[in-house]
Amino acid sequence: MGSPYAQSALATRLNEPEPQPTSQRRDFSDWGTMTIAAYEVNVRAFDEMFDEAGHPRAASRQFLQRLDRLSDTELRQRQKTAEVNLHNLGITFTVYGHEQGTERIWPFDLLPRIIDGTEWSRVERGLEQRVRALNLFIDDIYNEQHIIRDGVVPRELILTARTMRQQMVGFRPPQGAWCHISGVDLVRDGDGTIYVLEDNLRCPSGVSYVLENRELMKRTFPQAFEGMRVAPVEDYPERLLETLLACAPATDAPPVAVLLTPGAYNSAYFEHTFLAHQMGIELVQGSDLLVQDGYLWMRTTRGLRRVDVVYRRIDDDFLDPNCFRKDSMLGVAGLMDVYRQGRVAIANAPGTGVADDKAVYAYVPQIIQYYLQQDPILANVPTYICSDPDDRRYVLEHLSDLVVKPTNESGGYGILMGPQASSDELALCAEAIKSNPRNYIAQPLLCLSTVPTIVGDTLQPRHVDLRPFVLCGKEIYVMPGGLTRVALREGSMVVNSSQGGGSKDTWVLQ
Amino acid sequence: MLLSRVAESIYWMNRYIERAENVARFLDVNHNLTLGDGEGLGRQWAPLVYTTGDEKSFQERYGDAEKKQVTHFLMFDKENPNSIFSCVAKARENARSVREIVPMPLWEQLNRFYLLVRGAANAANIADSVAEFCEQVKLASHTLLGLTYSTMSHGEPWHFSMLGRLIERADKTSRIVDVQYYLLLPNPREVGLTLDIVRWSSLLKSASALEMYRRTHGRIEPHKVADFLILDRFFPRSVHFCLVHAQESLRAIVDGPPGTQISPSGELIEQLRLNTDRVPIENIIQRGIHEFIDEIQVRLNRLGDAITAEFFALTPSTGTDLSSQQQSITT
Repeated sequence: MGSPYAQSALATRLNEPEPQPTSQRRDFSDWGTMTIAAYEVNVRAFDEMFDEAGHPRAASRQFLQRLDRLSDTELRQRQKTAEVNLHNLGITFTVYGHEQGTERIWPFDLLPRIIDGTEWSRVERGLEQRVRALNLFIDDIYNEQHIIRDGVVPRELILTARTMRQQMVGFRPPQGAWCHISGVDLVRDGDGTIYVLEDNLRCPSGVSYVLENRELMKRTFPQAFEGMRVAPVEDYPERLLETLLACAPATDAPPVAVLLTPGAYNSAYFEHTFLAHQMGIELVQGSDLLVQDGYLWMRTTRGLRRVDVVYRRIDDDFLDPNCFRKDSMLGVAGLMDVYRQGRVAIANAPGTGVADDKAVYAYVPQIIQYYLQQDPILANVPTYICSDPDDRRYVLEHLSDLVVKPTNESGGYGILMGPQASSDELALCAEAIKSNPRNYIAQPLLCLSTVPTIVGDTLQPRHVDLRPFVLCGKEIYVMPGGLTRVALREGSMVVNSSQGGGSKDTWVLQ
Repeated sequence: MLLSRVAESIYWMNRYIERAENVARFLDVNHNLTLGDGEGLGRQWAPLVYTTGDEKSFQERYGDAEKKQVTHFLMFDKENPNSIFSCVAKARENARSVREIVPMPLWEQLNRFYLLVRGAANAANIADSVAEFCEQVKLASHTLLGLTYSTMSHGEPWHFSMLGRLIERADKTSRIVDVQYYLLLPNPREVGLTLDIVRWSSLLKSASALEMYRRTHGRIEPHKVADFLILDRFFPRSVHFCLVHAQESLRAIVDGPPGTQISPSGELIEQLRLNTDRVPIENIIQRGIHEFIDEIQVRLNRLGDAITAEFFALTPSTGTDLSSQQQSITT
C-alpha cells in the first residue's frame, strides 16, 4: 500500500509558509470593506473559489464580481429569503429518534460551489467509466465470475460480503443494467486531487435537493445566475423516468412505473414524494402492491392496475418477505418471483450492494482495468483492507492517524475518526478489528476542500463534498454537478444532514 | 384513478377534520349554555358524550359526566379516539402519508392546526378559554375547507375529500338532532308545552344553524327545527344537503352519469337520499324522529363500509374483476 497517504499529501500543504491575511490583496481594488474581502482562506484545505494566494479561481471570477456588487445587508436579505422559501416549499428531512413527525429544514447556503467545465468533463468521463465497470462487475459476480477465476478480486472477499445476494446468482436483469441510479461521493483533498469516496450503488438519496437548490437559487439570486452558462440539472426527472421505463418488460400498453417508499417516517420521504411528483408516477407503499397471476399489481379506486417497473427506495432485505427478510412489512410477497420471470423490472436491481462493500471498493481500479482495459480516470482513496494481514498490522499501528470504516454500512454509520478519537475509543476499535477483520477497512484522513459560506455576518470557509448522480440504462448519463453538502460547523468535515450539515447549489460552467 | 391507500387517507383526513369541528361546536354551545349553571342544567353534560357516541369509554374511565371531565374527554383525551386532539392528530397523519397529493398550503394549515391543538392541550389554564379554543378549531376547519376548495384540483382526490366531509357531517347533524330532540321534547306528539327557547336555540347553534333557521322559518317550533336540520335543501349542514352533495361526489368518483349507478355504495347513497327527499317532516314525526334517525345512522354506517370495500380494501379477487371491467371499457 506504500507510504501513508495522509502524510504524503498533507505534509506539503502544511509545510507551506502561513500566508499573511492582511497582505493578501485580491484582484478587485474596489472591494473595500465588503464581506468577500474579509474572507480568509483555510490554508490546510483546497478552497474551491480562491487559490492559496487568495486570488479568485478562473471559474469563480465572474460570480465573485457579481457578489461583490451586493451590500452585506442585501446578501443577508437574500439568504433569509432563501430560508423562507425553503420553509414554504416544505423541503424537509425526518430526524430519527425524535418525537414522531419531527421534520427539519435542511439548511441551504446561498453561495454556490462552482466547477470549471474542463475539470468537470474529466470527472464526468471518470464517473461514466466507473459506473460502466461496476455494472459489468456486478453482472459478472452473479454469473460467470471471470474476475474471480482470473484472480483479480479474491474469492474470499466476495463470499464474505454481507451485501452479496445469493438469490440473484444466475440472474441477468433487462438490458444488463444493475445499478440504474448511483450517487458517487467525491471529495477533493488538500492538494486538489479529486477522490471517489463511495460509490453508493443501492438507494442513494439527495437528488431532490439538487433540483430544489437550483430552483431556490434562481428564485432568490437571479442576478448572480443570469448569463452564467450553468449546465442545467432540471431534466433529471425526465431522464430518470426514461431510464426506468426503458427497462420495462415488453407490453402492449404503455409501461407503468411506480416509486416504492417505506413510508412517511423514512428520512428521505420528502425526496420520494418529490421524485414521484416530478415524474408523474404513483408513490406506493408495499401494502399498495400485490402479486397475482404472475404479475405485480397496485390497488386503485378503479381496481387493480399492472405495474411494470418498480423504482424502489427500500433495501434489498425488505423487498420481498418470501425471498429476503421474512418479517418485512415494507415489501411485496412474491415480487421476486415476478421479477425473475421478467414480468417486472426493479431499479436498482437487488444485489448491487456487493460492489458497495468498502473492501471491494479498494479493488475498483483493478475492476476498471479488468473490464474496460483502461486506466482509472478518477482516483480511489488508498484503502487498507483489515482482512489482509499486512494491511491489518499497518492499521493497528497507525490507528490514530486513520479513518476506520465498517465495510457494509452506508450513510456514515460506525465510522471512527482516528485523530479525534479518545484512547478508549481507539482501543475498542482495535479490538473490533481483531475480532472481525473482514468488517473493517481504513483510509487516511482526507482534508475536504472548502467553499465560502455565509456564517452570521461573515463569509467563512466550510468543508464540502459532492455527490453527482449517474443514470445507467442503455447509455450512461452523468448529472452535471450534483449535491454539494457542506459541514456548517467550523472545522467539521461531517457533512451529513443529521449532524449539522447543509447544502449548496452546484454550478458546472459550460 | 387513485391508489386505494391514498383515497382512503384523503377520505379519513377530511372526516377527522370535520369531526373535530363538530365536537368543538357541541362543546362551545354547551359551555355557553351552562355558564349560568343552575340546578336544572346539571345533567346537560352527559348528552354531549352521547352525541359523539363514546359513552361507554367515558363511563369506564371518568364515571360521572361533569363539565370538567367531559370537556377534557372531548378536547384533549388521547385515549378518546374522537377527542379534538385525536382527530386532528389523525388527520395530520393521514395527510402526511399522502403529501404528494395534498397541496402545500393545505398541508401547512393542517400542520398549524395540529400545533394549535397540541399547544392548547399543554396550556395550564385552558379551562378558562374553552370558547376561544373552540372558535379557533372551527376556524381552522373552515380554513382547511376553503383551501381544499380553492387549491386542490376538483378531481378524484377532491371528491374523496368532499365525500369524507359530508358523510361525517350528515352523521353528526343527525346525532345531535336525535339526542337533543329527545331531551327537549320527550314526547314530540305532545303540543302546547312551553318551549325552552334558550335550549332550542342552542340546538340550532350547535349546528351553526340559528341564523339561517331564522331567515327560513322565523320563530322556533320543534318540528320546524327538525325539518331544517334534517330536510332543508339549502342549509349546508342539513342531513339532506350533505347526502345530495355526497352523492354528487360519489358519482364523480365512479364517473357514471346520474342514474346509472350500480355499485353497492351508489345504491346505498341513493336510498339514503331518497329517505330525506321531499318527505314531509310530519310523516317523520308520526313514525318517530328517533326511529327515523336511527335508520339513517345505520345506513350511513353501511355506506361507509361499502365505500371502504369498494375503493379502499381491495381484495385480490374483487380487484381483478373491477380491473377487467375497466379494461374492457377502455380498450
